[in-house]
Amino acid sequence: MLSNDDLKWMYRMMLLMRESEEKAIMLSKKGELPTLLSGSGEEAIPVGICASLHPDDYFQPHHRGMSDGLAKGLDPKLLFAECYGKPAGICKGKGGNMHIADFQHGNIGIYAILGAGLPISTGVALAQKMQKTNRVIVAMIGDGGSSEGTFHESLNMAAIWKLPIVYVVQNNQYAMTTSVSDAISVKDISDRAKSYGIPGATIDGTDVLAVYETVYEAVERARRGDGPSLVECKTMRWYGHHSGAGDDEQMGWRYRPEGEAEKARENDPITKLEKYLLDKQILTEKEAEDIKQSVKKEIEDAVTFAKSCPDPKPEDALKGLFTE
Amino acid sequence: MREIMFVQAINEALREELKRDEKVFIMGEDIHTGVFGQTRGLFEEFGGERVRNTPLAELSFTGVGIGAAMGGMRPIVEYMFSDLVLLALDQLANQAGKLRYIFGEQINFPVTFRTMNIGGGAAGQHSDSAVSYLMHSMGLKIIMPSTPYDAKGLLKSAIRDDNPVVYFDEAKLMMRKGEVPEEDYTIPIGKGDIKREGKDVTVVAVGFAELLAESAAEKLAKENISVEIVDPRTIVPLDEEIILNSVKKTGRLVVCIDEQPVSSFTSEVAAIVADKGFEFLKAPIKRVARENVPVPHSAIMENYVVLNEDKVIKAIRDVL
Ligand SMILES: Cc1ncc(C[n+]2csc(CCOP(=O)(O)OP(=O)(O)O)c2C)c(N)n1
Ligand SMILES: [Mg+2]
Repeated sequence: MLSNDDLKWMYRMMLLMRESEEKAIMLSKKGELPTLLSGSGEEAIPVGICASLHPDDYFQPHHRGMSDGLAKGLDPKLLFAECYGKPAGICKGKGGNMHIADFQHGNIGIYAILGAGLPISTGVALAQKMQKTNRVIVAMIGDGGSSEGTFHESLNMAAIWKLPIVYVVQNNQYAMTTSVSDAISVKDISDRAKSYGIPGATIDGTDVLAVYETVYEAVERARRGDGPSLVECKTMRWYGHHSGAGDDEQMGWRYRPEGEAEKARENDPITKLEKYLLDKQILTEKEAEDIKQSVKKEIEDAVTFAKSCPDPKPEDALKGLFTE
Repeated sequence: MREIMFVQAINEALREELKRDEKVFIMGEDIHTGVFGQTRGLFEEFGGERVRNTPLAELSFTGVGIGAAMGGMRPIVEYMFSDLVLLALDQLANQAGKLRYIFGEQINFPVTFRTMNIGGGAAGQHSDSAVSYLMHSMGLKIIMPSTPYDAKGLLKSAIRDDNPVVYFDEAKLMMRKGEVPEEDYTIPIGKGDIKREGKDVTVVAVGFAELLAESAAEKLAKENISVEIVDPRTIVPLDEEIILNSVKKTGRLVVCIDEQPVSSFTSEVAAIVADKGFEFLKAPIKRVARENVPVPHSAIMENYVVLNEDKVIKAIRDVL
């Protein structure tokens, strides 16, 4: 069961991620950071997932939303230093926002080749089962990525070997500019679970408590040795595919009905949780305001830190391919 | 010393490493029966957890191997034959080879990928070598031994290495016999070996090509042509020094491998010697490889396309 502290953690974490994403868009528009794939509005999914995991469990984040890793323990300073390409960044400035990984906290990284992270996560799960560690992994993929062959191959292998893994599809209705209705043969992607003989569920991805409850159940099932599950979280993108410099509007991409993106904002997962916490008197208005201020400051400090870190030497590029 | 066949050397290395380290396991299609004999008996001895049969899913079982290495194991991933490696190219080239670098050295990938170059009437989709496809990618060590002794010692090194290593067998070498000690030994990755000393011409040859180079050298010795055979054994990292030192001595270079010629192992060795050893050369460098077409089914056409002893002998004569 979630304690009040857990609920407040979820609230603060979603705010922290939102602040990171929005700050990054602003910095991208200023030309300091590259074009981004904003996860704004989709925070409930990584936060609900990470709330259901133990600290030593594994997590493979979605590629949209560079800040998913924060929910698994990543320090925002190391995130922003990475975005600025600094050696102090979590990947020494080599990975950038499309490859945030944080192995110390069990975050095995964002895979910019969509679908590539699924078999790798499946292998992490196999290693846990073989070593009897009792650890579980949650692997994320988009609606677009769920059409890659690795999705089928991975779910099949995880099912035959009963691996401790949960696959979560973040279905935000689009893959770049292609609507799910043009790319996916089923109404609910979780229907595909039937082909592998595993449980599948479709839930509201803007409801962090629903994400938590469903993923928690699947994670504990996996931990018991009963094998994988597929959870589809339906959500909406707040922005286009790209945001910041070179966003969809600047690119002249027209594919979304008028007003759709604005409508998504009516379903803000943070507002929804805030209302719940205030209604239940778990949080006061004053506490909510304090949390918002502290989150702003934490991200402000992270950006200041990132900018103040020394740059790499060009020839640092040659290091790190092999280990001795 | 006792003599064993190449295929037995591989089988022994796998068995001994599975015994030595419980983190080692092997996975692939039909691995429990050991289709070509390399894994024979391992399933019976170590069970299905550690000698793991996979469904037909080359791309994803490659990823599973990478992930298992990430998660604390030391996997060996087998592809039934070389052409199937191309199905796994994303996981090998974009993932296994790059991830340590991309993730800022947070993690190592102690995983070995193994396959075999086959052929013999098997035609255009069962006869390729994937060596040069992978040589072009980054972050993968690549091994292709030619003798049972090298095969066993290098396979053990590959399994114990903390980097991703791709290890190629060649079907035409499986019955080759050679001396292999009973006791544990390893051969360092990245060190070539002079398989035959000579003074007139350097023949750089890997895998099955090395066997052809030996028989060619034997025949040419009768005509007082003295061939030096350099077997790099490892393709990445390449032992440039042993090649350059030999060319310095002989002044002539022939490079051989049994695969297609364009953008390949042979082009790379030729380019390195042209770049760093030009002043040693008394003749143009010759490359001996397959004809640049898919391997045809007809034995008559296949023999014409693939590497053979006549091609090696002709190339040696050409540079003399
Ligand atoms: C294998 C692969 N194909 C294409 C791309 C280019 N690409 C980047 S994001 C994207 C759309 C992804 O859609 P989805 O999986 O639904 O995730 P979303 O961006 O909507 O969160 C595409 C096609 C890629 N990175 N990888
Ligand atoms: Mg999408």
